[in-house]
Amino acid sequence: MRFIPVTCEQRSEMLRTVGAETIDDLFADVPEAARPGRPLALPEEMGEVELAAHLEELAGRDAHAGTVVSFMGGGCYDHYVPAIVDAVVSKPAFFTAYTPYQPEVSQGTLQAVYEYQSMICSLTGMDVANASLYDGATAFVEAALMAARVTRRSEVVVSGAVHPEWRETLRTYAEGGALSVIDCPARGGLTDTAALRALVSGNTAAVLAASPTFYGTLDELQEMAEIAHGAGALLVAGTNPILLGVLEPPSAAGADIVVGEGQPLGSSMSFGGPGLGVFACRQEHLRQMPGRVVGRTVDVDGRTGFVLTFATREQHIRREKATSNICSNHALNALAAGVYLSAVGVEGLAGIGRACVAKAHYLEQALMGTGHFERVFDAPFANEFTLLYSGDVSAMQRALLAAGFFAGLDLGRFRSEDAGLVSFAVTEKRTRAQMDRLVAEVGAR
Amino acid sequence: MNPKDLRFDKEHEWVRVEGSTATIGISDFAQDQLGEVVYVDLPSAGDSVGAGESFGEIESVKSVSELFSPVTGSITEVNEPLRDTPETVNEDPYGEGWMIKVELAEPAEVDGLMSSEEYEAFITEDE
Repeated sequence: MRFIPVTCEQRSEMLRTVGAETIDDLFADVPEAARPGRPLALPEEMGEVELAAHLEELAGRDAHAGTVVSFMGGGCYDHYVPAIVDAVVSKPAFFTAYTPYQPEVSQGTLQAVYEYQSMICSLTGMDVANASLYDGATAFVEAALMAARVTRRSEVVVSGAVHPEWRETLRTYAEGGALSVIDCPARGGLTDTAALRALVSGNTAAVLAASPTFYGTLDELQEMAEIAHGAGALLVAGTNPILLGVLEPPSAAGADIVVGEGQPLGSSMSFGGPGLGVFACRQEHLRQMPGRVVGRTVDVDGRTGFVLTFATREQHIRREKATSNICSNHALNALAAGVYLSAVGVEGLAGIGRACVAKAHYLEQALMGTGHFERVFDAPFANEFTLLYSGDVSAMQRALLAAGFFAGLDLGRFRSEDAGLVSFAVTEKRTRAQMDRLVAEVGAR
Repeated sequence: MNPKDLRFDKEHEWVRVEGSTATIGISDFAQDQLGEVVYVDLPSAGDSVGAGESFGEIESVKSVSELFSPVTGSITEVNEPLRDTPETVNEDPYGEGWMIKVELAEPAEVDGLMSSEEYEAFITEDE
C-alpha cells in the first residue's frame, strides 16, 4: 500500500492558501528556542525491498513464543489458537470495520458479540456480561467503580495477591478521587483473610481479589464473599477464563462481579496486547454495569435481531453521569474468544484446562527435584505456580533464554519483597520433552 | 392541561401537598419528552432528600435523566410498583405514576414553586 500523506503540489497549494511561502513561514509564530534548529535525525529513505528486509531484520531480533519455548505467564499465555479463529477474525467485515454497531447493517457483528457475552455468562456462572473492556486490568478497575456506584460507597479493599499491574491501574484511577484504596496483605500466596476481616467495614464498597492469584494459587473466594457480604460490600473476583472448564465458576463462591484477562481465549500474545477485558455481573446490578452490551430483540415482523442496549448510559449520551468513560470494547478479541470457545467446545475447554493443570503439577515436582527451588506456598494451584529460586534469577533466565526457554516470570521485577520468586505457567502446548529439557537445563546450573 | 392543585419546578417535577406530606412525580410534559419509560431507579423509604437534590433516575428508550426533589424532607413512601411497571409514568404521570412521598422539613419551599399556570407558561416558552 502506498502511503503518501501529501504531495509537493498539495503542500504548495495549502501554503499559498494560508498566505505562507515556505513551511518556515507557517511556523513563524513558534518561538525560536522551541524549534529544533536542525533536521530531525532520521535515516535515509529506503526502497520497498530494502525496507522490508530492514523490518524483517528488526523483527528477527525479538525473542517470542514462536521461537522460544515459553513457561512465562503472569497474565499473558502461550495457548494454542485454532486456525479457524484467525480465519474468521480476519474476514474484512470483522477486521476492518470501526465501531460497526448500527443494527441496520451490523447484525453479524452484533450477533457475534451477543454469542460472546452468552459464553462468558456460561463460563463465569453470572447473569450478564458486557461486550468486553480493554484488558483484565481495566475490567478489574471498572468493577471497583461499579461496586462503588451500587453500594454508594467509595472505599475498596484490594488483595495483595492480585496482579501488581492490576493494582497499579486501580491506584491510577483512584488518583482521580473516585475511589480510596486499602491494601490487604497476602500471606502464603493468598489473601490474608484475617487481615481482610479487620479492614472491611460499613464503608467498604468491594473486596477485590483474584483466583488464580498473581502467584497462581487458588484463593479463598468463598470466605472473602462472606466477609464482603457481611459488610454490605460486593466481591469482585478476577479469574482466568480458560480455566473455567475445570475450576468452579466464581459465581458459585459468591462473587458479585467477575472479571478476567481474556487473552488466553484465542488471542495471540502479541507482545502483551491488545488484551480482552472479560466482565460479568448479576442481573440486579445490570444498570450499573460499564461498557457496551448487545441485546437480543425482535423486529416489527417478529424476527430475531440484535442491538446495542443500555447505550443511554454510555458516555456519548450521558456525559459525566455515564457508567464508564470507556465507550468502546475490544470487539475483535471478543470475537476471537467466541470463535475459540465454539471451536474447542465444552469438553475441549475442560480438556485444555485439565492438561494445563496436570502439566503444571508435573513441572512443579520436576523443578523441585533439581534441588534449586523451595516451595514457599502451600495453597493449591492450577496452570501456574511460584517457587523460590536458590540462585540469581536473572542470570538463570538469561542462560535459559540462550538455551531456547523463557524460564518463568521473575516476580522480583514487580515487587522487591518477591525477589527470588519465579512463577512458571504451563499451557496445553508444552510437551513432556520440553518440560524435561527445561528441568535438565535448570538442574545443570 | 395540568392539574390545578399541583406545584411544579423547572426540572419538570410536580408536588402535591397534603398536610405535611408532599407527593412527587414528573409532569406530563416531561414524560412526553422522555418517551417510553423503561426503568425508574427510586430511593428507599427513610432516606432524606434536599431541595434540588437527585433522588433517583428515570430511563427511557431515548435517555437517562436524574430525578430532582423540589423539596427538603425525609422520604416516607416510595411507589414500589414502578420498579416493575415503569410505563405507568407515561400512562398516568399525575396519578399512579407518582414516585415518592416526602415529609416536608421546610414547608415554605413549596411557595417558591410554580403554579400550574406558571408551569404552562414555562414549558411553552421552553419550546
